[in-house]
Amino acid sequence: MSAPAPVDTRPPAGRTPSPRRPRRGGRRNLRARLRRDWPLLAMAAPAALLLLVFHYLPTLGNVIAFQDYNPFVGDGPLDAFLNSEWIGFGNFEALFRDPLFWDAVRNTLSITAFQLVFFFPLPILLALILNSVVSARLRGFVQSVVYLPHFFSWVLVVTFFVQMFGGAGLLAQELRQAGYEPWNIMTNPDTFIVLVTAEAVWKDLGWGAIVFLAALSAIDQNLYEAAAADGAGRWRRLWHITLPGLRPVIVLLLIMRLGDALSVGFEQFILQREAVGRQAAEVLDTFVYYQAISTQQWGLGAAAGLFKAVVGLALILTANKVAHRLGEQGVYAKS
Amino acid sequence: MWAGRPSTSLTIGKGVVLTLLVAAVLVPLWAVLVTSLASRGTIDDAGGMVMIPREIDPSAYITIFSGGDVTRAVWVSTLITVFGTAVSLVLTVLAAYGLSRPGSVAHRGLLFYFLLTFLIFPGLVPSYLVVTGLGLKDSLWSLILPSAISVFNLVVIRAFFMNVPAELLDSARIDGAGELRILTRIVLPLSKAVIAVVGLFYAVGYWNVYFNAVLYIDSNDKFPLQRVLQSYILAGQSPNVSGAAVSLPGVTAYPPTLAVKMAVVVVTVIPAVIIYPFVQRHFTKGVITGAVKG
Repeated sequence: MSAPAPVDTRPPAGRTPSPRRPRRGGRRNLRARLRRDWPLLAMAAPAALLLLVFHYLPTLGNVIAFQDYNPFVGDGPLDAFLNSEWIGFGNFEALFRDPLFWDAVRNTLSITAFQLVFFFPLPILLALILNSVVSARLRGFVQSVVYLPHFFSWVLVVTFFVQMFGGAGLLAQELRQAGYEPWNIMTNPDTFIVLVTAEAVWKDLGWGAIVFLAALSAIDQNLYEAAAADGAGRWRRLWHITLPGLRPVIVLLLIMRLGDALSVGFEQFILQREAVGRQAAEVLDTFVYYQAISTQQWGLGAAAGLFKAVVGLALILTANKVAHRLGEQGVYAKS
Repeated sequence: MWAGRPSTSLTIGKGVVLTLLVAAVLVPLWAVLVTSLASRGTIDDAGGMVMIPREIDPSAYITIFSGGDVTRAVWVSTLITVFGTAVSLVLTVLAAYGLSRPGSVAHRGLLFYFLLTFLIFPGLVPSYLVVTGLGLKDSLWSLILPSAISVFNLVVIRAFFMNVPAELLDSARIDGAGELRILTRIVLPLSKAVIAVVGLFYAVGYWNVYFNAVLYIDSNDKFPLQRVLQSYILAGQSPNVSGAAVSLPGVTAYPPTLAVKMAVVVVTVIPAVIIYPFVQRHFTKGVITGAVKG
């Protein structure tokens, strides 16, 4: 992801320097480069400013996790921040003593683990199936259809599930007419983990397959031909050529998923929390919302958010290190 | 041929899987569309969702478009989507171009500044405090500015820009063209595919905005469509299925009929379904090459 280091291409005397590969360093040089490059800096500035205000400033604002933050001791958040009392790790102690917090952590990790097993492999399978469909037209049609739900909001996805599987949905209505007792999976806390996974699969299965399809198309077709000539059957070609070809992508996505182990989605859970109850549907993100913003316990919420960010960063760096050990490329190249 | 003939059972298995997947997407869409156009009698006969159309009755659409919450929400969402996408695209394209020349002043530092957002990010609470502290509470800006820049989209566009042949840019520079002119006259026309895809991503994000509206928007007349959909369907159908924090006093005086609810769903789905075919052919070409090379 990082840019290649510029090579020192000092031009021979008597030629004007190439505008594209300048020499690094040098004070006089800096002025000349600045005169040449200021439009580029100016173009990047508005986006950089927005990130400063809406990304980095709140990231720094996480320090209120160490405060008994009280919005009423000043006018405006900044004033309140300056006037609030510092309490060290008090918020974290309260957080780690809170059984609701651990419920949320447990739910989050269960859902992550469940989806790693029952969701993660599915786009790979779909990509393999799509890749083997010979007719380009049929493949294009299937792709168009299965990509579509990715663009639906969670409100829509949950709505579709309610209309299909809810108490007044299509399935219940057909069952009732056939004389069976309908069951309502939309409000059952015991099967909630299956429900949210099914929703996630419905929304993103097709979309998740794109990256694997791209990786499949990059595999050298001559390998298959050579393997077939040597007598390798269908499954051995899959095992020895296709899967190794997909491995870098699989590892990359696994690392990203592990780094995100504490995020399982947010709107999906907010929308269904009342239907199945807090016990099943409270995840870390909803915990922050319901235990902090709704109840104005800002310090506690910031502590939970900071906990999540720090653990997530540690997870992704660890997973990446392990990938490098195993000889994979990982998220960013070793430098 | 080296591939050999696949076994019949394998082919049938694949056919079944693909058919089921396509049906899983199309059946709900079909049921919602048909029900939204069904008359009261048809819905009563079916006992709920209608699968087989008997007539086309547009009264549900007339109801929701004759003023009121849904009409207003459609305008609000359209406004946010059009304006927000324009702001996002312009700022992202400018920044991507600004970052597309290795070796320019502060290039590495600036790139690091943008990419670091992937690793460290703010939590919900500080973000909420910053947005409210800037006075954006209950303003539509709160749905645009905090999410205006997606660094992922920026990286994708930048990768595309870096593939533009350097000779083209150099010759334009020799002719005396400034950076902005090079961007709009040479680079952008060559990058239509990626701009279309990223534009779709941004537009979908704005059209789908829900939770930020729960957090920041208090007045009913500024609710975007997803927020109204949530209160119509999930709250309207059964009080069990709504979020307690998002129950809406006064949005609907009476429970909407099933046809009206389904019409709201159709209105929410339609923009994606219309724009999507035009952009879809660029997905693999645009996004994957961008992401992989980024």
